[in-house]
Amino acid sequence: MPENTSTEKEKPRIGVFICHCGSNIGGFVDVKAVTEYASTLPDVAYAADNLYTCAEDGLNNIKDSIKEHNLDRVIVSSCTPRTHAPLFQRTCEAAGVNKYMFTFVNIREHCSWVHMKEKEKATQKAKDLVRMGVARARFLEPQEETKVDVTPTALVVGGGVSGMTAALSLANMGFPVHLVEKDEELGGFVKNLHGLMMTTKSANETIKPLIDKVNAHKNITQHLNSHVASVEGFIGNYDISIGGDGAEAKEVKVGTIIVATGAVPLVPEGLFGYKEHPNVITSTEFEELCNKKELPKLKSVAFIQCVGARGQKVSYCSRVCCNVAIKSAINIAENRDNMLGVTEEKAAETGEVVEEPAAEKKAEEEGSDRRRRRRGRGRGDEDEAGEEAAPSSGVEVTVFNRDVMSYGVEHELEFNKAREKRVKFVRYLPDNLPKVSVKDGKLEVGYFHETLKMERTMPVDLVILSTPLVAQPDAATLSQLLKVPLGQDGFFQEAHVKLRPVDFATDGVYVCGTCRGPADISEAVSQAAAAASRASIPLANGFVQAEALTSIVDETKCTGCGTCVETCPYSALRKNEEGITEVIVAACKGCGCCGATCPEGAITMTHYTDQQLLAEAKAALEEV
Amino acid sequence: MSSTTPSAQSEEKAEGEDFEPKIIVFCCNWCSYAGADLAGVSRMQMPPHFRVIRVMCSARVDPEFVLRAIQKGADGVLVAGCHPADCHYIGGNYRTRRRIALLRILLQQFGYDPDRLRLEWISAGEGEKFQKTMVEFTKTIEEIGPSPMRGGD
Repeated sequence: MPENTSTEKEKPRIGVFICHCGSNIGGFVDVKAVTEYASTLPDVAYAADNLYTCAEDGLNNIKDSIKEHNLDRVIVSSCTPRTHAPLFQRTCEAAGVNKYMFTFVNIREHCSWVHMKEKEKATQKAKDLVRMGVARARFLEPQEETKVDVTPTALVVGGGVSGMTAALSLANMGFPVHLVEKDEELGGFVKNLHGLMMTTKSANETIKPLIDKVNAHKNITQHLNSHVASVEGFIGNYDISIGGDGAEAKEVKVGTIIVATGAVPLVPEGLFGYKEHPNVITSTEFEELCNKKELPKLKSVAFIQCVGARGQKVSYCSRVCCNVAIKSAINIAENRDNMLGVTEEKAAETGEVVEEPAAEKKAEEEGSDRRRRRRGRGRGDEDEAGEEAAPSSGVEVTVFNRDVMSYGVEHELEFNKAREKRVKFVRYLPDNLPKVSVKDGKLEVGYFHETLKMERTMPVDLVILSTPLVAQPDAATLSQLLKVPLGQDGFFQEAHVKLRPVDFATDGVYVCGTCRGPADISEAVSQAAAAASRASIPLANGFVQAEALTSIVDETKCTGCGTCVETCPYSALRKNEEGITEVIVAACKGCGCCGATCPEGAITMTHYTDQQLLAEAKAALEEV
Repeated sequence: MSSTTPSAQSEEKAEGEDFEPKIIVFCCNWCSYAGADLAGVSRMQMPPHFRVIRVMCSARVDPEFVLRAIQKGADGVLVAGCHPADCHYIGGNYRTRRRIALLRILLQQFGYDPDRLRLEWISAGEGEKFQKTMVEFTKTIEEIGPSPMRGGD
């Protein structure tokens, strides 16, 4: 190890300030003895103890001593750098010492407070820790934090509800936005739906104002029938190539990127007779049939929940399907907007009641007592509504479920409403799935009744399979282009599930909507607004502060093996034209993973160099 | 301490009461260092034989650091990082896990007890786990005895 690097330059002049922290340290460590010891260590030009180094006189002592003793690096030996490093670094800077020439030695949390009954040993440990700090400080180098300019333009990938909301938010803040949509029109998944939860408006009516605003906004440039073809650069400076069908690729420069590519419903191949019987459809196909007014004549409808979800084809719960099924079940039971296509005339002939408030009121009275009792029963239990109190549309609706996830305030009310409408919720267990079959040309659902513990069958006209939302098939392509990760289920994975839900770990790229996991519209809108807000920060600042702690590649040592490029979690390393690794400083987070990986020792981590850390370890092990 | 040959399967315990292990602890800045801080704030008492070296990520711990520490006389080395899936740097701790697993094998091949090297996941909220880890690890090292580099066997 080259130990004389520091002496080749000017000899370091280290100032050590040891804090009593009142009696927090002073009561359990002999601070005077530690200070005396510190003054004997190599390159220490000045050592002092303070009652409170973080108090004004302590800070002034640091500043004055820097000038008086011409100190070029400072050690404070007190509490934890996690709370107090910024304060002391500012003090150093105020006195003209680069903040990276500062070292913190923790003799409170890691010493005096945890060895309260062993003053002698705690004092020895404090001396060791100070010696380690001095050993490290001798090799410190000043660092500069560089600023990188940001192009104040954003790219939003996906023209669904999330993408449109995000684009509008950014456009309203005054930033130009490029909105890329692979379809020929905006609207995403929602534009194919019929009804939505919690609103009587149709899906298209609901999102029309959003589409109109996007169409009218001067800051939004739409790229329809298009996709992101290539991505170069890093936060603040992305060069994006947008490819279109047959059209020449368009090159745009953006500062930040929002991914809002949505999700698609699982196609339940081979499950519950799908594709074998024409009247077994998915909930998305049901919406399309409703839109086209092509529903078959219905007397009995069965929903089957969790088709392919929760451990079958995908592991997760798709969050929205229970509420969608409840919504559709209520609509069928109410024959909303005459979706069943039953004419008044026909209804009179067949004795069916179509949206008849009086009849409903009557049923209300008759069933109210029983209902009150029934509400107390567990969800998912079979609800034997009785033939005399059928839904107002006259269609029997049964929801086969594992358990109903109607979370939150509104959805729970909708669930109760469905039960009031005589929708039956029948529970099944995952090891005993309902079976869809055809008997005498008639569709039927066989199931095991969990309460009666017996097999039963139910004739139905239509089986609606609630399948989960799954990741877009081309999500992997985009994830590779943007160098952002997908989770195990193929959805885009955020930086932190709790604290950074719309950021990617890679700076400058953000995520919202169903491309990061199933969500309903209100959730997607919240996420989109959040992502737009996050993405606007660098745009509004006009610059990003690059980390001073980054890796540096020694080109003369690098063999171009590429191990570090693969290891870096931030794609902050890439090979240049000569096959040698180079660091994208703006993308590097300074974790040091590459430094520990490089087999040639070609990578130096600034401020946490091998030399500094080894010196620290060696000092810890010195026999004194 | 009659034998000078390093032996991984040391039967002999440390001689006398006066063996004071030297333990180096590499803590990642975001989880484990904060966990150690919390142990301190909670005044959790532990043996005074460990010295913490702060690194930004447990994945910064170059295998060389561990080997050098052992070479310079460390009786034990603990590497502490964020729990799996909780790494501040996405997945640094997974790299650490692989490296430490290999390093333990390497130590054994060199004739050291692989238990001289330990990896623990300690979150910022796990002050108690930090304390327990230090108590247990110190005990383990005391049982294994001084490092062959310090005249142990």
